[in-house]
Amino acid sequence: MSGITRRMALRAGAASILVPLAAPGQVERANAQSRFDWRRFRGERIEVTVQLSPRGQFLQRNNQEFEDLTGIKVGLEVVPEQQHRQKIIVEYASGRPSFDVTEVSLHVNKRQVGKAKWNTDIRPLIADASLTAPDFEFGDYGQGMVQYATQADGRLDSCPAGADYFILYYNKELLAARNVAVPTTWDEMFEAAKRLADPSKQIHGHIGRGLKNANVVLWSSYLLGTAQRDMIDANRQLITDTPDAVWAGETYKKFLRDVSPPGSIGFNWNECQTTFMQGRAAMWVDGIGFAAPLEDKARSRIAGKVGYAVVPRGPGPNHHCALFGAGYGIPEASRKKGPAWFYIQWALGKSNQLKWLTSGAGVPARSSPFRNEEAIAQSHFPRDFFQTLEASARIARAGLPEIVPVTQFRDVIGTALTNSISGADVATELRRATAEFRPILEQSERES
Amino acid sequence: MPRDAAILAGPAEAAAPRRRPNYARRYAWFVVPAAVVVVAVILFPWLFTLYVSAHDWHLGGARRWVGLENYQKLFSDARFGWAVARTLLYTALAVVLPMLLGLAAALCFHRRFPLRGLARTVFILPMMATPVAVALVWTMMFHPQLGVLNWLLSQVGLPPSLWVYSADTVIPTLVLVEVWHWTPLVMLLILGGLASLPTDPYEAARIDGATAWQAFRHITLPLLLPFIVVALIIRTIDALKAFDTIYVITQGGPGQASETINIFLYLQAFAFYNVGYASAVVVVFFAIIMLLAALLLWTRQRVKVT
Repeated sequence: MSGITRRMALRAGAASILVPLAAPGQVERANAQSRFDWRRFRGERIEVTVQLSPRGQFLQRNNQEFEDLTGIKVGLEVVPEQQHRQKIIVEYASGRPSFDVTEVSLHVNKRQVGKAKWNTDIRPLIADASLTAPDFEFGDYGQGMVQYATQADGRLDSCPAGADYFILYYNKELLAARNVAVPTTWDEMFEAAKRLADPSKQIHGHIGRGLKNANVVLWSSYLLGTAQRDMIDANRQLITDTPDAVWAGETYKKFLRDVSPPGSIGFNWNECQTTFMQGRAAMWVDGIGFAAPLEDKARSRIAGKVGYAVVPRGPGPNHHCALFGAGYGIPEASRKKGPAWFYIQWALGKSNQLKWLTSGAGVPARSSPFRNEEAIAQSHFPRDFFQTLEASARIARAGLPEIVPVTQFRDVIGTALTNSISGADVATELRRATAEFRPILEQSERES
Repeated sequence: MPRDAAILAGPAEAAAPRRRPNYARRYAWFVVPAAVVVVAVILFPWLFTLYVSAHDWHLGGARRWVGLENYQKLFSDARFGWAVARTLLYTALAVVLPMLLGLAAALCFHRRFPLRGLARTVFILPMMATPVAVALVWTMMFHPQLGVLNWLLSQVGLPPSLWVYSADTVIPTLVLVEVWHWTPLVMLLILGGLASLPTDPYEAARIDGATAWQAFRHITLPLLLPFIVVALIIRTIDALKAFDTIYVITQGGPGQASETINIFLYLQAFAFYNVGYASAVVVVFFAIIMLLAALLLWTRQRVKVT
């Protein structure tokens, strides 16, 4: 990555990737005001539920700031990711969700929430000058993230919050000790992993997710490097048993079986993170949000020694990294949409999004944080972290298909991948999994 | 009323026997609160579950009446079949092993020895821990590279194990956690039984020259049998409904290697939001539990008779 300065990277990031969406004229007109009454809903109380993550914890720590600003009391609930996704769906389905604002995992629940029209369309709120602060500036949101959050029917039922790109983490010390260059293709990475393994010190060349369901996003990272790239085609048919899908499966199998620690079959991101933080693995492909714990000197043995790079290329003409993301929405059933919208404006405002970026809590959906070079220069994250972030944003592509039964998809395909680590034939497993999931998808598409 | 008694009672009572007050009608209203609770928390959920099980219903989607289709699908679903098989295997191991170890521990702690009270207290500590906390601690200990268990194995010259990170060892490893957690309960139940046993038969046996094994086999065990059966019933029900430990440690993995009926049910209901199919699983699982409970109660009755 030499030759690219942080300044260049940030400029490129702001200009090319996170090109601000030309906000609707009416929104800009609506915000052309100088005074905004943040205390309009003082005395009200809203319930907010977000996922347990550095972002959720950030909001928890700073909740008082919002309450002081608006006079609105907030009951903030921070729930672990998987349980949070289930909780909100069950509550939505009840018709009376207990929350007024919720985080929605766009890569998991977007289609389901959109199909049932559980969330309100926030475009009228954005356009309402009495409800939207002038400095909220919706045009600041990156076009890619706005598109990612927009439903197929054009409704924007969640405000983009942040993105998560899959990147390559590597242990600089281990690579330097063996004189191994940062790999740029998956084949190079496999060869590098073999060279980096040191059984006498229980150091492995690679670590990655093997646990069913969680592992699909690693497989999709390989698939994104093929000519096929996606898991469903333009006709929304499942294409997970094609030669490209099998190649991705074989790549997954060899990485997890040949150059990863024994037991990887049951590893989720937390086991991977622990192993990598202890310096027991040389390379790890996972979400960019793990940079914060890896650079935490109190918890990580490799703080300051972590290298960041975009995911390697595959055999296809395309080069992509898997993209995941989240948005904040307001349930249609909420009776406090105004205060709820105030909360979203504060939580996802420019100031907080900048803090997310500089503290490594996550990748903001706004573009302005990337332009704030002064704040970024003071961040304790190394230059290659921001460069990787910028480069990943440019090649990001959805890491999971945008379908309603996405969890079942991950379960079925994930089981096939797990079986392959145990030695099963990849093509056979993917054929079986595809045949199992195809009717589920077809039924879901018919009902959509 | 006999004739003599009627004469003694007097003319009025002899003509018309005194009516007993109708308590059932008078106190019927007292039953209402209990009836409301039973209907609200048992009957209605069951009827609703049966109703939902007859629908193709995904949360957020349309609801369609399918009759018994979910049940037909369930009985031809190989994944469910494997989940039943794993549940039975897990239950068998998680009942038999704590029963044997609990019995041995109870016999041991029944004897008098220095610091017996302290030893008993330490032994029952695992039982007091929260299952989720227990599962998280064991998860860390099972880590193949960083866990303390493999380090301990290496200290005694044994090769490392993959514990819950292998399809071959995941069920026995989960049973290990269950045994550690619940053997103290079995021990307590049997220890209570041992404390209540009479001493006379043992004195008689000693005079007759019985060995310790003979005293155990022919006196202790038969007298303890009702207590053992109670422990067996409690353990079986507990093992059948085991969920928290398995979910926290493996989430049913690797692959589906530790997916029991409860995990299968949870996935269908709360991961795939397929509530119609999940309701059918609930009904079938309930039938299985009722069958096993009936079998155990029948056994208990036979033990009592014996």
